[in-house]
Amino acid sequence: MATIKKSPSYWKMVWRQYRRNHLATWGLVFIAFLIVMALGAPWIATNKPLWCNASGSYCLKAPIPYTPTQYNLDESLMPPNRHHWLGTDEQGRDVAARMVFGSRISLAVGVVAVGIYVAIGILLGALAGYYGGWVDQVVSRAIEIMICFPTFFLILTLLAFLGPSIYNIMIIIGLTSWTGIARLVRGEFLKLKNQDFVQAAIALGASDSRVIFRHMLPNALAPVLVSATFGVAAAILIESGLSFLGFGVPPHIPSWGSILSQSQEFMDIAWWLTLVPGAAIFITITVYNIVGEGLRDAIDPRLKV
Amino acid sequence: MLGYVAKRLLLMIPTFFGITVLTFFIIKLAPGDPALMRVQMQGMGKVDAQMAAQIVEETRKLYGLDQPLYVQYGKWMKRLVTLDFGESYADHRPVIEKIKEAFPITILLNVLTIIIIYVISIPVGIFTALKPQSWWDYGSALLLFILYSLPSFWVAALLMTYFAGGDYLNLFPIMGISSFGAESLPWYEYVSNVAWHLVLPIVCLTYGGFAFLARFARSNMLEVIHQDFMRTARAKGLSEWAVIMRHGFRNSLVPLVSLMGSLLPALLGGSVIIEQIFSIPGMGRLGFQSILQRDYPTIMALTAIEAVLTLLSILLSDLLYAVVDPRIRYGDD
Repeated sequence: MATIKKSPSYWKMVWRQYRRNHLATWGLVFIAFLIVMALGAPWIATNKPLWCNASGSYCLKAPIPYTPTQYNLDESLMPPNRHHWLGTDEQGRDVAARMVFGSRISLAVGVVAVGIYVAIGILLGALAGYYGGWVDQVVSRAIEIMICFPTFFLILTLLAFLGPSIYNIMIIIGLTSWTGIARLVRGEFLKLKNQDFVQAAIALGASDSRVIFRHMLPNALAPVLVSATFGVAAAILIESGLSFLGFGVPPHIPSWGSILSQSQEFMDIAWWLTLVPGAAIFITITVYNIVGEGLRDAIDPRLKV
Repeated sequence: MLGYVAKRLLLMIPTFFGITVLTFFIIKLAPGDPALMRVQMQGMGKVDAQMAAQIVEETRKLYGLDQPLYVQYGKWMKRLVTLDFGESYADHRPVIEKIKEAFPITILLNVLTIIIIYVISIPVGIFTALKPQSWWDYGSALLLFILYSLPSFWVAALLMTYFAGGDYLNLFPIMGISSFGAESLPWYEYVSNVAWHLVLPIVCLTYGGFAFLARFARSNMLEVIHQDFMRTARAKGLSEWAVIMRHGFRNSLVPLVSLMGSLLPALLGGSVIIEQIFSIPGMGRLGFQSILQRDYPTIMALTAIEAVLTLLSILLSDLLYAVVDPRIRYGDD
């Protein structure tokens, strides 16, 4: 008797296609590394021993035995050395420890801000594409209005009014950047609306929300995922730009952008202060872009040129 | 076509209305009382409390801040359509005057940037597309990818340290768009002085767009190369050069032209970060300064102007698309 082989699911096929791209696969590994670093920051950079034996004769030190706020004016502006792998800043704080904690800001802003605007974009795009008519008109006008605003300037203004905090940055980026996703989802829904399986679901009496979220949305998610990956890179760039201008997180909280911003005064004498956060931002953005491209190629191999 | 333009213009009315309402209410989100803040900023906080309260009250009346919101909005709208944006809270000059000063500088900077971007990126994109999967293709793809992801403020900070200011190489000036008193120089020296000031900011503004556009041009060209009419052109015996330039290149330009429309907003608004770093008194820096100074009339004016100009440039790019590509017809539906 012939065995029936189950055909692989769509996402399994995408994953298989994605794995063929070594650069993109390594990019994913790097993102996993960043996530581990951000989540594990309190154990990676701390001046307290991680573990001591019973007699206290032996203690396991953290990989970076400094906290991000621990200062030592005798050790200010030290270039990278055995104790301070990435040097120290003007207050003698360990740059490596600050960078590790700064990665939390980048990751949090990237993920939460994009999460907010993906949710808004999917909801509005789906409503516009599914219902059409006046709903579509209203959503399309709203998209057009948002697109017209100078985004970075708008974010700066709102941040100045609402006060600089990481939560405000996330919310403001989320509330101002949803237009791309909304247009994407609207377009996908317009295409899907006339497909047989959607019409069949409607004919079977499925509720609107069931048709939208169970039948149509899964088929529109792939391009959203690609766009969201690029969006994380863009959000990290916006956050570091805002911090660079002094509009980001409060100064005592280390973020890559604020470390870079504070380094400006000492650029001529302390190259590592500029190089380290700048390179971190650059590499992180590059990796997210590589993963985004890999994902796009995997989802639609036709686009790969 | 004409019907389409009319329809689009009509649809712009609600959008314009939405833009102004949103701008107005964003400003109203601002914490604190602008009248109070103005008094404090001018060091009048030292006078006794009763007098201060009176001054605040008067200022509020002067700017119409004591009236209900919809009246304030109506008044603002009325002045908006006549391009009267009131006077700046920061230095009491008319806002429109400040914008008139900043606008040409941003335009100069960004027109040069866009020209450079197009002139370099199109040939690069096309020649990489002609030899796909070659080392030249991979190398340039990698380079463009790196350029695309480099944060411009970091590059600006590095360039300023190493090429300006004198700690390493003192090749370029550190700020502004011309030296002090350069206006009195003969015109050719003035032009070269301005050009000398613009090198670093233009480098920072150019490379990202260059990388984006070159990649875009490459994929457009790759798409065109596989079209049937290219094979036909070869089959009828045209030289390879004529096939590429006359049939391929011209068709690959269509999406590039429409991209112009989405580049325009950035061109008008200026880059806040780059203008701020290089102290270039353009629209971006004016915006940033007015945010720092809580100069609400200027913020409102800049937001509204840029939004409306963007609205127009979106329309323009859609129309341009139809002009360049005869396959696209509007208004038939």
